[in-house]
Amino acid sequence: MTQELAQAMLNGSRRALAQLLTAVENEREGVDQALAALFPHTGRAWVIGITGAPGTGKSTLVNALAKAYRAQDKTVGIIAVDPTSPFTGGAILGDRIRMRDLSGDPGIFIRSMATRGSLGGLARATRDAVRVLDAGGYDIILVETVGAGQNEVAIVRTAHTTVVVEAPGLGDEVQAIKAGILEIADVLVVNKADRPGVTNTVRALRTMLELGHPTARRLISHHGQRLEVPATNGHDAPLWLPPIVQTVASENKGIDELAAAVDQHRRHLEAAESLDSMERQHIEIELEDRLRESLLRRLLERLPADSVQAVIERVQARTLDPQGAVDELIAQAEDGI
Amino acid sequence: MGAIRVLIAKPGLDGHDRGAKVIARALRDAGMEVIYTGLRQTPEMIAEAALQEDVDVVGLSILSGAHMALVPRIREVMNEHGLKDVFLIVGGIIPDEDKAKLSALGVQGIFGPGANTEDIATFIRELMEAQGT
Ligand SMILES: Nc1nc2c(ncn2[C@@H]2O[C@H](COP(=O)(O)OP(=O)(O)OP(=O)(O)O)[C@@H](O)[C@H]2O)c(=O)[nH]1
Ligand SMILES: [Mg+2]
Repeated sequence: MTQELAQAMLNGSRRALAQLLTAVENEREGVDQALAALFPHTGRAWVIGITGAPGTGKSTLVNALAKAYRAQDKTVGIIAVDPTSPFTGGAILGDRIRMRDLSGDPGIFIRSMATRGSLGGLARATRDAVRVLDAGGYDIILVETVGAGQNEVAIVRTAHTTVVVEAPGLGDEVQAIKAGILEIADVLVVNKADRPGVTNTVRALRTMLELGHPTARRLISHHGQRLEVPATNGHDAPLWLPPIVQTVASENKGIDELAAAVDQHRRHLEAAESLDSMERQHIEIELEDRLRESLLRRLLERLPADSVQAVIERVQARTLDPQGAVDELIAQAEDGI
Repeated sequence: MGAIRVLIAKPGLDGHDRGAKVIARALRDAGMEVIYTGLRQTPEMIAEAALQEDVDVVGLSILSGAHMALVPRIREVMNEHGLKDVFLIVGGIIPDEDKAKLSALGVQGIFGPGANTEDIATFIRELMEAQGT
């Protein structure tokens, strides 16, 4: 069934594409074979992660950016991730509200996704969903996630270019930018540049960038100014300093500049031959994730149903330590082979 | 098996969506994934979103009284998109004689403005169970 969907999608069925995305999200039986069949058709899309605090204008930006790419005759796949309620398991996925300009265009495909259970699950679902859209022939894939924790790190491992969105008036500028989110940015956007406080936000970002960004720090200390200059980062590749782009997404302002900044980042990666090493790194991380998951699943399959419960009780009773419990479970599983 | 996915849409021109939002939240609280698309959706926009989001159910909120103009057209466009098996439910003030017509056209559920949101969630769950997914 899932195999047939893969074939139908390759033949151009949007319905099949949508159903494959569901199969990926639900880890439906047979999805691995479908993904294997699609894999030779992947690797063509440029994947752009868009992340930032709630309400900074990410969806509005995605809407505007997608229009800009359509004007360049590029097709665009969009994955918009919103959080699942930890209490009910349900979710309201509202990003499409801001993307109504894109409806009716066959060169666009928008899919909303809930974060669901685990971070590992989200990373895998996002990665596989991107791959389905990639095999579906979309030139550009935009992945929107709320930067409210580690979700954004999961997309960085999928994206070629990561755009971090800020907006003025989020209270303490520095507060909003903390938590390592700056370090994942390839391009920084200050959206809502029509609002008071833009200059402060831009200045705060620039300062943070100079202090905190691994690339910038070296540039500043070595050259004293914020320019992209050829320097070494261990393997003689020129360094990239994230540009700061101001936009008013709701009025389509600064969008061409943003698209140009993304394009420049792409050319930078290609020229520096960093793309190869980035892809290798992504593959390495993915294989490690999958290996961990597969081994865990196999191990659990081999254990008698109640053995995990039994060691939990002993750990709780302090008669067994956690690592001892793990060693015991592994030994049990190996006995069962 | 994943969560039940529902598209909540507000077709037509009337300009407030409080009712639609109440339903969206209630279905989320019932553990469903609700794709919310906002105001003034055309039948084409609704069918396209239902297709891309691969939803199990489309829920329409129509308070303008234009249900006989909108709902049959939406069902038609959905069917054209290959979404015959996607359930359609409607919320709004709908006279009995229209209810029968809409049911005959392939609307599975009709709820008045006073409907209990939990009943709507239960109704959807039962539709899904009857379908065997
Ligand atoms: N003034 C102003 N408002 C904007 C701009 N861009 C977006 N908005 C508004 O900001 C609000 C939030 O926009 P969204 O695009 O939904 O923001 P988001 O970051 O996707 O929000 P979440 O997905 O909920 O995290 C909406 O009311 C937009 O209309 C802008 O450039 N200027
Ligand atoms: Mg959004």
